[in-house]
Amino acid sequence: MAEFHEISPNASAGAKTLNWIDNRFPLSVLFKAHMSEYYAPKNFNIWYVFGVLSLLVLVIQIVTGIFLVMHYKPDAALAFGSVEYIMRDVPWGWMIRYMHSTGASAFFVVVYLHMFRGLMYGSYRKPRELVWLFGCGIFLALMAEAFMGYLLPWGQMSYWGAQVIVNLFSAIPFVGPDLALLIRGDFVVGDATLNRFFSFHVIAVPLVLLGLVVAHIIALHEVGSNNPDGVEIKATKDANGIPLDGIAFHPYYSVHDIFAVSVFLIVFTAIVFFAPEMGGYFLEYNNFIPANPFQTPLHIAPVWYFTPFYSLLRAVTTELMYVLMACVVLGAGLAVLKGKMPAMFKAIIAGGAVVVLAMMLSIDAKFWGVVAMGGGVVILFFLPWLDNSAVKSIRYRPSWHKYLYAVFVIDFVILGYLGTLPPSPLFSRVAQIGTLFYFAFFLLMPWWSRVGPFKSVPDRVNFTAH
Amino acid sequence: MSEALADSGSVDSSKRTWLIASGCAGAVGGVAAVVPFVSSFQPSEKAKAAGAAVEADISALKPGEKMTVEWRGKPVWIVRRTPEQLAALPKLDPQLADPNSTRKPEEQAPVYARNATRSIKLEYLVTVGICTHLGCSPSDKFQKGAQPSLPDDWEGGFLCPCHGSTFDLAGRVFKNKPAPDNLEVPPHMYLSDTKLLIGEDKQA
Repeated sequence: MAEFHEISPNASAGAKTLNWIDNRFPLSVLFKAHMSEYYAPKNFNIWYVFGVLSLLVLVIQIVTGIFLVMHYKPDAALAFGSVEYIMRDVPWGWMIRYMHSTGASAFFVVVYLHMFRGLMYGSYRKPRELVWLFGCGIFLALMAEAFMGYLLPWGQMSYWGAQVIVNLFSAIPFVGPDLALLIRGDFVVGDATLNRFFSFHVIAVPLVLLGLVVAHIIALHEVGSNNPDGVEIKATKDANGIPLDGIAFHPYYSVHDIFAVSVFLIVFTAIVFFAPEMGGYFLEYNNFIPANPFQTPLHIAPVWYFTPFYSLLRAVTTELMYVLMACVVLGAGLAVLKGKMPAMFKAIIAGGAVVVLAMMLSIDAKFWGVVAMGGGVVILFFLPWLDNSAVKSIRYRPSWHKYLYAVFVIDFVILGYLGTLPPSPLFSRVAQIGTLFYFAFFLLMPWWSRVGPFKSVPDRVNFTAH
Repeated sequence: MSEALADSGSVDSSKRTWLIASGCAGAVGGVAAVVPFVSSFQPSEKAKAAGAAVEADISALKPGEKMTVEWRGKPVWIVRRTPEQLAALPKLDPQLADPNSTRKPEEQAPVYARNATRSIKLEYLVTVGICTHLGCSPSDKFQKGAQPSLPDDWEGGFLCPCHGSTFDLAGRVFKNKPAPDNLEVPPHMYLSDTKLLIGEDKQA
């Protein structure tokens, strides 16, 4: 608690007002802590703009969302028509709606790039684990938000996409069918489902999302930002306790980010005005047909940002289950034979493997597909503890780590592309190989990430003034 | 008083016991308050009441054709199979995941439809047109022979557009497809030669 501070009666009106507020609310303190005296590393590169951009997109989504709700009707009989009403009859409604739909895709673009930045520079490593965990929570909430929002236009893709995803839950043994019923609120996706998804999409999930964003930023500002060199700037401070390699977020990065925001908005508005459907990737053509519970569109696929995970789901067939069972046997066998641990742990691992194998044999591949899809997202949460490399940043890792990351990115893109296509024997096989690689990348990371040779990390960040 | 307590370091244990007890009582109340909210997620009485049986007039259905009726918000297909299509069914057995519907028989079909053609009358297949994988509605692929996404020796059946599961004209799923089970045969009965009641049978 700060002492009450009296200001000179000759001070300007502005200074007096600020002093009046500061005596009642820590305005200046907060501004200093998070803006003018938050020291960020001076060697940020282009990868460091996506955090600010995702905050910008969040604001765009909330503002456009508020205005869309003024005209939208969450009723199975009226929803499709009300979206068309927004598009045709509401003045500038088309632009608000296209900003919202393009914003959804833009959100995932910037968030995927933001996450990849974290992966490259080891931004999830100690002491930034919680920053990463809150971030993964944001990603999860964002997926829920996008999925439920996609039902609202009540087009064919809305309807059948929701039908497929809700049915995923019914694959869970014992409780699944009741859980799916509880989510839908009816025996099929219907008016009850639309209403509750609307409630979640406009109130519940955005509140969670905002809370997580605040937690993400508070945690970040507590530990300080990482940087492309993975060097802790707090280790080298000047006489005033300010990191030598740090510069104040405001004005240096706030101004710098305005440039990034401008470039982003040029691209964003270009899409809103000239390609809001993005060739069927941002808004699927089938979604311009009203929902029809009796006819599934000939080809259904989720929106592009879900397709990598959708590919994981589709890849798990009875055949792949045998491969996965072989992996479980191999993993448990290696742990028991080669692992350096007490016999007690080995017995637990062997017993666990037997239980998993029994479950894999007795439960449908469909359920394991759901596990793969969920696992593909959940595994990201564990990254801070999977990565055991001696250095944080990719810059000081061996070249073959870079190639491995490149293969991972290509794999993710291929899985995403295959997820948009109709199933075919060849592509299913490719997706299965891609799925195995995706999980091997993470699950084997504790071992491969240790292997060098690593380059020596400098004491200070690399920076040349420009 | 609290300052004195903090200073002395002693704890009034009976007061602590009551704090814990009232905390637990509050927690129980809090959990109980969740029940009505979670329960409100269940289907409403109105939704439950909408599950009545429906009648279908099959007099206009020609061999090789399909009609769809709505029952409980789901599509129910009535397919009139040709003799040729019926003759092809037993030949497919080795390619099917569960040709005799032995997996979860009580969920797959009522007793009177647990036979080789999965139907009461040989010709008419009555089945819920919802894939057992993730609930898409498969599309008709009645034409024989090679076509995209289907094997070259295709005998006619259904293809699910979502994940490629295929079903024969008795609604039986092929091997190595994502769908685990055959299509569900709903309870149904013939009111006359041309009138079918879906959702109810004689046992009910």
